[in-house]
Amino acid sequence: MLEVRDLSKSFRGLKAVNGLGFRVEKGTIGALIGPNGAGKTTVFNLITGALRADAGQVLLDGREITGLRPDQACHAGIGRTFQVARPLAELSVEDNVIVGALRATGSVAEARRTARQVLDLLDFGREAAKPAHELTLPDRKRLEVAKALATGPRILLLDEVMAGLRPTETDRMVATFRRLNQETGLTILLIEHVMRAVMALSQSVTVINHGTLIASGTPETVVRDPAVLECYLGQEEDEAAHA
Amino acid sequence: MNAAPPHGPGLAGLPRRALVALAVFVAALVAAPGLVDDYILSVLILGLYFALVGQAWNVMTGFCGQLSLGHALYIGLGAYTAGALFVRFEISPWIGLPVAMVVAGLAGALIGFLSFRFGIRGVYFALLTIAFAEFTRILFDHWGWVGGSSGLYLPVTERTQVDLWSLRGPLWMFYYVILAAVGLAFLICRRLLNAKIGYYWLAIREDQEAAQAMGIDILRYKVLAVAVSAMMTAFGGVFYAFYYNQFYPETIFNIDKSIEILLGVIVGGIGTLFGPILGAFALAGIGEVLIWFQDLVGVRGLKLLTYGVVLMIIILAKPDGLWPWLRPLLGLGRRDRA
Repeated sequence: MLEVRDLSKSFRGLKAVNGLGFRVEKGTIGALIGPNGAGKTTVFNLITGALRADAGQVLLDGREITGLRPDQACHAGIGRTFQVARPLAELSVEDNVIVGALRATGSVAEARRTARQVLDLLDFGREAAKPAHELTLPDRKRLEVAKALATGPRILLLDEVMAGLRPTETDRMVATFRRLNQETGLTILLIEHVMRAVMALSQSVTVINHGTLIASGTPETVVRDPAVLECYLGQEEDEAAHA
Repeated sequence: MNAAPPHGPGLAGLPRRALVALAVFVAALVAAPGLVDDYILSVLILGLYFALVGQAWNVMTGFCGQLSLGHALYIGLGAYTAGALFVRFEISPWIGLPVAMVVAGLAGALIGFLSFRFGIRGVYFALLTIAFAEFTRILFDHWGWVGGSSGLYLPVTERTQVDLWSLRGPLWMFYYVILAAVGLAFLICRRLLNAKIGYYWLAIREDQEAAQAMGIDILRYKVLAVAVSAMMTAFGGVFYAFYYNQFYPETIFNIDKSIEILLGVIVGGIGTLFGPILGAFALAGIGEVLIWFQDLVGVRGLKLLTYGVVLMIIILAKPDGLWPWLRPLLGLGRRDRA
């Protein structure tokens, strides 16, 4: 489905992503994890075309999408959310989602129908008329997902959509994504710090640090990997010990 | 169950109160030439002219979020294209109008493309729009075929004879032409805003990166916004040429012209459909009251001073404009696409 090959990106000599490769199989949920500054969001920006890769390839269903602009990547089938939510603030929730749905149609009426379906799917219908700038943080995150989902993506890239949510809200999001994945077969790649979400959702986990691959595999094997424990989970245990 | 309840939404989904207000407003405008003297009519013509170009400017800046401070360029191009075709070849302004709109549209598209292609945004883009208007002013200053710096003069004929084909005639003829143009522009803006292109423009205005991630080719839609805005503005330019019969590069391409276009929109409500029209009339009305006040007090220059103060008070009191404040009073939703 999504395959990243030998991807590299430097910022002023600093290698943010270095020869990274991984894949997400069709119909599965993959996770991209790593400590802060590991280069996860940079990887997303390279996949979606927000940044231009120095080297390497991104393939979607075998088709190369490297170097496409973000709007072209979206038309190719990549839907993304932003780590810091980017709602169209003055527009209503529904209009936000309609903009996404217009990706696949020229008709606003048809886009509105798609938008309503997406809002219902995310249990978001009641907020449809609300201006986006009045939303609470969890709802902003939900709107990010709704906007991306409305474009009808083949793969959905979620950048920390559960950060800052309370455990019950996280569980609801997890349930939503699992349902989406199971009912529509949507492929998902998520960046997440909330480990309970990663463990609950993903079938495959890619761990990176300093832009390079540390480990990959099922969540169960990855969390037992000594290299991962050292660079990522180990660090968190240290923090926990200091706290 | 098709009949609308007595106080529910009526025609086109408008609440009854708004519908009545709209009907009264339109009826008053249509009847005006029979009711008021030529002086008031000329004030109304000026108000309608600003309602037209304000709506045009609003497409680009209010809907799509691209600040233009150089819309005098499109007024000038419109005026010069149709004016020169008329003076030089006796071509009717109704033929000159589409030509003028194409010329202005292409100029807008070119400026938009050059700027947006290289990622020029915000105030830097606004500065470029001023620069292009200034270049063009200097160009026309030295272009003898259209009169150079001494400007272009249209032959003035007897003002009682109605010659609609050549746009020569009495005040009321000009009044109805500009009134029709304002109505048409309103319908076009409404149509655009509720279509895919309108949603895309608003998305770009709100957040370009988010818009792009949702599949919007932002360069294309921004260039389209400038082109559409320029074409509508050129209509105002053609009207200006035939109404005033004379214009010079120095005045028509001047930044003053660009600024007066946007004042009404800011006062009326930027990004709204009806705001530019309301704002234009509000400013025309305020201007007249202040002239009366100036004559009453007998101090020359008082009008401009008080005009500035009144503008500041309105903008401070209603930063979103008069229309977003008036809208709920008419029974329209606070955030309706109107």
